[in-house]
Amino acid sequence: MTIAPNNLVYDRPEAFTDMPTHYCPGCTHGVAHRLIAEVLDEMKVIDRTIGVAPVGCSVFAYNYFDTDFVEAPHGRAPAMATGIKRVLPDRIVFTYQGDGDLASIGMGEIVHAAARGENLTVIFINNANYGMTGGQMAPTTLPGMKTTSSPDGRDVETQGYPIRMAEMLSTLEGVGYCVKRSLHDPKNIRLAKKAIRTAFETQWRGLGFSMVELLSTCPTNWGMTPVNSLKFVEEHMVPAYPLGDYKITDPIKQIKV
Amino acid sequence: MSRELWKGNEAIAEAAVRAGLEAYFGYPITPQTEILEYLSRRMPKLGRAFLQAESELGAINMVYGAACTGARVMSSSSSPGVSLMMEGLSYIAGTEVPAVLVNVMRGGPGLGNIAPAQGDYNQAVHGGGHGDYPRIVLAPASVQEAIDLMALSFDLAEKYRMITMLILDGSVGQMMEPAEMPEMRSPNRKKFDWATDGALNRDRRVLSSIYLDPLAEEQTNFRLMQRWKEVMANEVRYKEYFLEDAEIVIVGFGTAGRVSLSAVRAARERGIKVGLLRPVTVSPFPYEVLDRLTGQARTFLVVEMNTGQMLEDVRLAVRGRVPVAFYGRTGGVVPFPDEILDEIQRINTEPVSAEADPRQSWLDRMTAIKA
Ligand SMILES: Cc1ncc(C[n+]2csc(CCOP(=O)(O)OP(=O)(O)O)c2C)c(N)n1
Ligand code: SF4
Ligand SMILES: [Mg+2]
Repeated sequence: MTIAPNNLVYDRPEAFTDMPTHYCPGCTHGVAHRLIAEVLDEMKVIDRTIGVAPVGCSVFAYNYFDTDFVEAPHGRAPAMATGIKRVLPDRIVFTYQGDGDLASIGMGEIVHAAARGENLTVIFINNANYGMTGGQMAPTTLPGMKTTSSPDGRDVETQGYPIRMAEMLSTLEGVGYCVKRSLHDPKNIRLAKKAIRTAFETQWRGLGFSMVELLSTCPTNWGMTPVNSLKFVEEHMVPAYPLGDYKITDPIKQIKV
Repeated sequence: MSRELWKGNEAIAEAAVRAGLEAYFGYPITPQTEILEYLSRRMPKLGRAFLQAESELGAINMVYGAACTGARVMSSSSSPGVSLMMEGLSYIAGTEVPAVLVNVMRGGPGLGNIAPAQGDYNQAVHGGGHGDYPRIVLAPASVQEAIDLMALSFDLAEKYRMITMLILDGSVGQMMEPAEMPEMRSPNRKKFDWATDGALNRDRRVLSSIYLDPLAEEQTNFRLMQRWKEVMANEVRYKEYFLEDAEIVIVGFGTAGRVSLSAVRAARERGIKVGLLRPVTVSPFPYEVLDRLTGQARTFLVVEMNTGQMLEDVRLAVRGRVPVAFYGRTGGVVPFPDEILDEIQRINTEPVSAEADPRQSWLDRMTAIKA
């Protein structure tokens, strides 16, 4: 079906390929992808961007973005991105990582990329579990939350406490921009888009490491309808992972997006 | 260029720079740290990338990322650090991007010690990361050879889109020898048709080691193996010493080969017909030349600084046609030429049984000496 150009109000961003995503219905990975693609379109940087895909449900992110892409070992995306950026400093390099990838197995890589102030952008999808492997406990799983590897609910006495990544990384000098947003309703999605744009602008201007943590859903492994999973984010995730601007350096505050 | 006194590790670093190294990522570990330190001074002055990573995991994945852009990139480490890099090596192999890794081996297993050893032969040549992948492994025995092989390693890695490892032991890394450096090559990045460097005026590219369909993964493994056959046909390198009329043939790589050469010279002075085959590429392994030597030799003697790792490759080539004896020092102990001379003299007077397990006979002799 063709739509007359003046009737067209919503289309695939140019930064997307034609490939439909494999995400479950109601999963916010797709929303996060779309926001990144819109930002790449707006900044006109599709032909100078290199994405780094993680291991996790978004492992095939490289199929969806119409940019160069590489696929990292589990957790190592920030190191791979560092290698790329150090030899191609004038390109846009971003990683897209889940919470198992970034906050567990890849903790060393993300902390040091941030501490070095690598001019990278990290989009961090916090869905409080290991989606891809079938919903095991992640470092971000909420206390008491049932997962396939915490069947009685996460017991903080034996399984520890959630890690708040945006807060933690914001203490590092090398970080220019570090914020947390949520994808549970249109207003928050708009704020997330703005943050993603600012993060990429931070990199474009060489203003240091930038990360946007996005509270996300995993209706499949949470055992919820898409609508209830959005409610869960609002009622349980947001209180545990307060949204906010954890670090924005002065030069970045001047950026108007 | 004239000959100058070079320390092995620094010579390797400078040779890499002159071969057009664009980026180095590493982590300190004895006995290779001078490579990292040298490049920390040299690379930034040339406007090239140097980074001390947070770990060897970080370093090898930085190498992986830079390799995906088509840049000439390397890392270096020593045994425990190289173990940490095995994950990355497997991904690099699966993605078919070129990268160079230097392993200045030390005594192990575990933390072991910092003395020279060759215990990582199997890891480099046969094992390492998961999955089904070949890799090129070069084993220099002197500072000059390390310099020459450093430049070659980048060319081979790029030609075959394959990992090239340089394995040497701490004694080559630490020794000072007169050596000649090659001229500086310009570091012009090649335009590879697979590199992910931003899709400017071309279709986008993806580099990944994922082949979800087992048939596609199988095709990939076939492709890697096909390419490996080319490497085996074209890239075998070795050095022959006194082999024309040799009845006893010593096989040893790196420092073990070098020490053996002194023993061979001493034995020749005593009229013993002994020669040395020193594999320079331990992968691809010089099976063919060993096959040829099997027609001439009465006995082989494999000398290594481990408990007999390359020994198995020699036995595979010799296929029981003549006896193979073994002599090794391990754990960071370097054999003296006299020890090897004793072995040569013993073999010369008492024939080696083809039935005896060479490793067991050696172990029995070694423990008898110690007792
Ligand atoms: C070295 C290694 N260990 C474990 C795995 C298995 N694995 C694949 S995805 C995954 C978890 C991913 O979870 P997350 O990063 O939260 O992403 P999500 O799927 O939730 O988006 C794990 C443990 C792997 N691929 N590699
Ligand atoms: S398993 Fe969860 S995170 Fe993965 S695609 Fe499905 S809903 Fe999304
Ligand atoms: Mg997750």
